[in-house]
Amino acid sequence: MATTTKEFTIADASSRASEIEGDVPGETMAINVGPSHPTTHGVLRLMMELDGDVIKKCEPVLGYLHRGDEKIAENMTYNQFVPYTDRLDYLAPLANNVAYAMAVEKLANLEVPERCEAIRVLCCELARISSHLLGIGVYGMDAGAWTVFMYTFTEREKLYTLFEELTGARFTTSYTRIGGVARDIPEGWLGRVLEFCNGVLPVIDQVDKLLTRNRIFMDRTEGVGVISKEDAIAYGITGPNLRASGVDLDLRKDKPYLGYDKYDFEVPVGTTGDCYDRYLMRAEEVRQSVSIVRQVIDKFPEGPHYAEEAKKIFAPPKAKILSSMEELIQNFMIVTEGPQIPAGEVYFEAENPKGALGFYIVSKGGGVPYRLKIRGPSFCNLSILDKLIPGHYLTDITVILGSLDFVMGECDR
Amino acid sequence: MAESDLALLQERFDYLTERESADHLAVNCPADKLIEFCTALRDEFGYDMLMDVTAVDWDAQSPRFTGIYHFLSTTKHVYLRVASDCPDDINPTLPSLCDLYAAANWHERETFDLMGIRYEGHPNLRRILMWDEYPYHPLRKEFPLAGIDVPLPAADVAEQTKASVIPAPMMGGPFVSSGDGPMSQTEPRARDESWTEKKEKPTD
Repeated sequence: MATTTKEFTIADASSRASEIEGDVPGETMAINVGPSHPTTHGVLRLMMELDGDVIKKCEPVLGYLHRGDEKIAENMTYNQFVPYTDRLDYLAPLANNVAYAMAVEKLANLEVPERCEAIRVLCCELARISSHLLGIGVYGMDAGAWTVFMYTFTEREKLYTLFEELTGARFTTSYTRIGGVARDIPEGWLGRVLEFCNGVLPVIDQVDKLLTRNRIFMDRTEGVGVISKEDAIAYGITGPNLRASGVDLDLRKDKPYLGYDKYDFEVPVGTTGDCYDRYLMRAEEVRQSVSIVRQVIDKFPEGPHYAEEAKKIFAPPKAKILSSMEELIQNFMIVTEGPQIPAGEVYFEAENPKGALGFYIVSKGGGVPYRLKIRGPSFCNLSILDKLIPGHYLTDITVILGSLDFVMGECDR
Repeated sequence: MAESDLALLQERFDYLTERESADHLAVNCPADKLIEFCTALRDEFGYDMLMDVTAVDWDAQSPRFTGIYHFLSTTKHVYLRVASDCPDDINPTLPSLCDLYAAANWHERETFDLMGIRYEGHPNLRRILMWDEYPYHPLRKEFPLAGIDVPLPAADVAEQTKASVIPAPMMGGPFVSSGDGPMSQTEPRARDESWTEKKEKPTD
């Protein structure tokens, strides 16, 4: 073995490993990260082959959280499945509810009134802010910046108080119904949302100051985990992760639903597709969402919060159930047989905080979907891992995973 | 827009038929032409993103399984649904799109796992959500929500659960960790490894 000392460069870790006395050149080591590990953000296991500090091979293993949501959906009525959608991306349940309800409405050919659309846009955008606040905060923490997490989590806490006022629950909201939303907005709620909006922007600026030009953060994220434009498209990556790679695709802009075309907002698009860009996308999206929320509240429409023609789907108001026979029968039919949805096939994708959440529904008529497939954006975003991670250092996977901002509940379903 | 697209596609590929759909354009494509058709979709028609792969089990019908693909064009912003019937009802197979779309890899593994459709040419067709040794495909229609009913339940199960079901085999399931000894030897493993799918359970 070598007796003379030699200066090693950090850059070439693999050659360094073989120079160290007693180390066999070319021998690799297997290491597992997860299934339960702080950096995997859920139950994800990464089986890796290491040469020194450099990852040679990575195989992601999932399925630890598989609950069979699709099977469950095929055994219950359309209305009953709403609470299950909360548990997909549990960091943005309001947005999931909306995506699911809209898929069924498309199948039932239902138009929701303007006020309902406005409430849903508010739901989606507040959910986006909430999800990104956590995403950025935890990402900062992954890169070693604790303070950011404290700031963003405090803001998210305020948001959850708003959700509680609106839906009655902080976490699993189950707020939308097929053909509308569960209840109208509470009094004075819009004012409090505006107050929150005014408060969140300075926090994002603060995060900006803490992270965007932070030397450590930049060193750890710039040029790390680069996803090229072609790869992003080929792997079906969506959401901020796709746009960071330079693909200008936002379903809110390009396939507008819920009247998103009425609002004026920018879609941030990155250039390099590295971890740093993905952070920038999320920070900018929070600002844009705040602007959308303000525009919605500016011209908040009057009217009913659920579709009149959705009588056969929507449970009647409680007071009427207790006082009128017709309404009681209707409620009974909806609860026992489910809303009668015509036969057909439909696929609807909504731009959720994590990416495009898709619902493919096959109906044979009646109250229960024959087949319901959920396209979880996190699932597709993660599928690139075995290509993305090899070649990076072991410590890089922390920021790479953090930057992809996935939720295993949605990945495994 | 959708109408003309269909005419354009049908002019080029005479084996396509229109499929009923409540939203965007949908076509039926025979399984043996799928690769050819999807290659053209990607390279010439701009459907560059494979959003979703799934399958529908039509139960008592034949053909029983239909593979469903959803494509999105990132330039034209239109969706296309392609449906392809599996020729064989007992051992359903479809050609794999992995070489065309990298996204197909995990989606096909998932459909294989839950529906039992084999994708020919897939580089690594293994289960993804269930564990490797799991014997069933849970999204098939004959698989009940609460377990599989048998006329004569295993005695030890009936005693405990009072139900006439056999539980899904747990051998090979990564569920138990002994918790003692060095970490390298406490990898989660099956509770009882004396019998497996291949080796019978000892009778005495």
